[in-house]
Amino acid sequence: MAEVLIVQQVLNGLALGMAYALIAVGYSLVFGILRLVNFSHGSIYAFGAHAALLFVGFEFGVLPAILLSMVCTGLLGILIDKAALEPLRKKNSVPIAALITTIGVSNIIQNLLMIWFGSEKKAFPAVFNLPMIEIGGFRIQSTQLMMCVVSLILLLVLTLVINKTKIGLAMRATEQNPKAAKLMGVNVNFVISFTFFLAGASAAIAGGLISGYYQIVYPGMGFMAGLKAFAASVLGGIGSLPGAVVGGLVVGVSECLAATFINSTYRDSVAFIILIVVLIVRPTGLFGKKGITKV
Amino acid sequence: MTKLNEKKTEGTGFIFQMESFLDKYKLPVCIAGAALLLAVPAFGFSQYLMRIFIMIGIYSILGMGLNILTGYTGLVSLGHAGFFAIGAYTSSLLMLRLNVPFLAAMICAACLTGAVGLLLGLPSLRLSGSYLTIVTLGFGEIVKMIIVNWDAVTNGTLGLKNIPKPAFFGVSMTLANNGLYYTMLIMVFLVAVASMAIIRSNTGRAFQAIKEDEMAATMMGIRTMRYKVLAFVISAFITGIAGAFYATLVGFIDANSFTFDVSTLIISVVIVGGMGTMRGMFLGAALLIAFPEVSRSLMEYRFVVYGLLLVVMMRFRPQGLLGWKSQMPYKLSKRAKALLAGKNEPAQTANG
Amino acid sequence: MAFLEVKGITKVFGGLVAVDNVTFHVDRGEIVSIIGPNGAGKTTVFNMLTGVYEIDQGEIIFDGKPIHNHAPQEIVKAGISRTFQNIRLFPNLRVIENVLVGTHIHTKYNFFSSLFRTPRFQEEEAQLTVKAIEILESIGLGDQVNNYARNLPYGDQRKIEIARAIATDARIILLDEPAAGMNPQESEELLRFIRELRDKGYTIILIEHDMSVVMNISDRIYVIDHGKQIAEGLPAEIASNEQVIEAYLGGVKKDA
Repeated sequence: MAEVLIVQQVLNGLALGMAYALIAVGYSLVFGILRLVNFSHGSIYAFGAHAALLFVGFEFGVLPAILLSMVCTGLLGILIDKAALEPLRKKNSVPIAALITTIGVSNIIQNLLMIWFGSEKKAFPAVFNLPMIEIGGFRIQSTQLMMCVVSLILLLVLTLVINKTKIGLAMRATEQNPKAAKLMGVNVNFVISFTFFLAGASAAIAGGLISGYYQIVYPGMGFMAGLKAFAASVLGGIGSLPGAVVGGLVVGVSECLAATFINSTYRDSVAFIILIVVLIVRPTGLFGKKGITKV
Repeated sequence: MTKLNEKKTEGTGFIFQMESFLDKYKLPVCIAGAALLLAVPAFGFSQYLMRIFIMIGIYSILGMGLNILTGYTGLVSLGHAGFFAIGAYTSSLLMLRLNVPFLAAMICAACLTGAVGLLLGLPSLRLSGSYLTIVTLGFGEIVKMIIVNWDAVTNGTLGLKNIPKPAFFGVSMTLANNGLYYTMLIMVFLVAVASMAIIRSNTGRAFQAIKEDEMAATMMGIRTMRYKVLAFVISAFITGIAGAFYATLVGFIDANSFTFDVSTLIISVVIVGGMGTMRGMFLGAALLIAFPEVSRSLMEYRFVVYGLLLVVMMRFRPQGLLGWKSQMPYKLSKRAKALLAGKNEPAQTANG
Repeated sequence: MAFLEVKGITKVFGGLVAVDNVTFHVDRGEIVSIIGPNGAGKTTVFNMLTGVYEIDQGEIIFDGKPIHNHAPQEIVKAGISRTFQNIRLFPNLRVIENVLVGTHIHTKYNFFSSLFRTPRFQEEEAQLTVKAIEILESIGLGDQVNNYARNLPYGDQRKIEIARAIATDARIILLDEPAAGMNPQESEELLRFIRELRDKGYTIILIEHDMSVVMNISDRIYVIDHGKQIAEGLPAEIASNEQVIEAYLGGVKKDA
């Protein structure tokens, strides 16, 4: 019986973990290019979920609603960069300024959501109304399966965009050396905007998927999810896409196992423990590269 | 060499004029300020207003505490609500369960909070910048989680009720008899004096050097790790004091008194006032605590406004409202002046 | 035994050998220059001397005691201090505070005596202040004591870096391309200043990629290229050394 429970929880965790990976990718993308932990990313994710909820209300289907929310959330990402972060880069502000700015932005988004939508938990329709699937005695909700599939496809698409397209090349060049990329004719500001769009859009999808899974939405949802996803991206090595996936899966699975076998009230703290342990033992994460101190 | 001390750093602008004025009339300005603060209760403000004044004092202390860490040492913490909570819970529990008098409870609370600060400071040995900030954020949440789940001690979600007011020599300090207000004044004064003493010393210079250029600080022989942890300990200690006092002011605390919003508010005080300045903490606390009260309709939007303030400040005035650099000469102590004078005119000193 | 003995130090980054078996020694009161083209590994040598990098092989003996792989703090305390190629002052602190940070390592009062402003704290702090002012006056920056480091011209900032290094009570001062970005007059003045330092008893190690700067001032010169030591000797010998000329691709002939 215990084995069944374990496997069941691992499956639950994998599904959740894939969605975390989608959020984690957003941290990684922005960190890769700006060397900045975007504290507002959790709120962006919550915004994505709320936008999806709003569009679902228009009753043209759940999937188009999520798509629309992707675009809106992506645009929100660009807006944040253009309005708050780009001016700081132009002024050559100290890194701490950008960090504090994203904290402020996070506050703004989360509290506006609270004012507009109310702080209570709201029902969100199931994204995929498909039956349970039984494989060898294990029951998998089709929603979970679809979460994995959709996330996997999206992560593959992201990888392709980054590795095979012209804009992806520009992104990688900017990541290596923004100044050199600029001199080579790369429109660095466009690349950064594009990165924020990608990060926002993936967060929105994660928002749609996770909301569809738990079938609830609330403004504070981004805080915990954002922290967990950050833990995931740090575990994988911030800046690395495969790292984000592995990190997401580990965080998702350990969270589900802890909720079942330890105490469900502590499920949220698992991510912190992972985070703190990783940061102390191997701050560069599983797939991260170590830098050399320059003097 | 004697002229040296009169040499001003730059310009003769408004700030210089103001600073020279304050420097010239230091004593009268201080006396007037102190008299005003002491006389506040005499104006017959409502208890509601007095309570806001005390909250401003508490947030000034919180600001000064975080300022040591963020303003002077350059480490951003988003978990100070956690320290605030530990201070509040420790002192309240000591007072409620063991009947410890307020002062002793507060000191114990501050020490325990400082010890926790030491623990939280340890990751800073390996982490820098945003990574450390995330760990502090996680710390704040873990403290909340422990408060909610550790029923036996913290009374869980029900919180602690009827936290006693401080009593000195058998007189209970309340809002009504203005005892709390004066207690607040004394505490703000002591914390401010202690902070200044730390900043204007070897330790304070090490903190600032770390903020300015950690590598250069290391190469000057500063044990940067040790000083970063020390900054955490001092900051947590001060925040613990504020927590103890806050608990006795409000009389009831639970996990929701110490949310992430509180951490944001504390850092907003530091940033709006001016990182790395003492004066800024008072203005920051006064503005941020008073503004939602001024306009009740803004109450709903207060945290949006706090967020907006952070963004706008970073863009247009990252040094904070009062974050100018002093244009007065470096303050030489009497002893240093005497030493300099002695070296200048050794013959005279010998004769005298 | 020389004041500073460096024996066969090697540093490898990944597969790249940045510094390969470099050996040199410095005697008390000397000005020794380490020169080489850009990217030769000069700054890496400094980073190894000052404890920023651990060394992979070799030994560094200072005043009879091994100091390699010690923490930077211990090395500063032992008496070696440095400046940086791209100035690293504390720009928002005052000039005097920058120098006071240099005195940190030998400050004796503890945290609590500063908190309670004990007489011991006041006495020592006053002495440190006076010491900082004296150092600044000795390098001709007495009138800039109150200014903020960032407001000073480039050449003065270099001098403050040196003042800060002196304040650590260093016996050896490592100067990393001190004349970089200076015009001929400024660098001439700086070289005079370095010579004065030597006359006051300091031992100086100088890194430079521009040979003409160090020719007149150095007692001895070591040349490294691609991490390897290719020559050592008196300035005149180095100027005519074929290997050195080759490493510099004829740049020497023009200058010399």
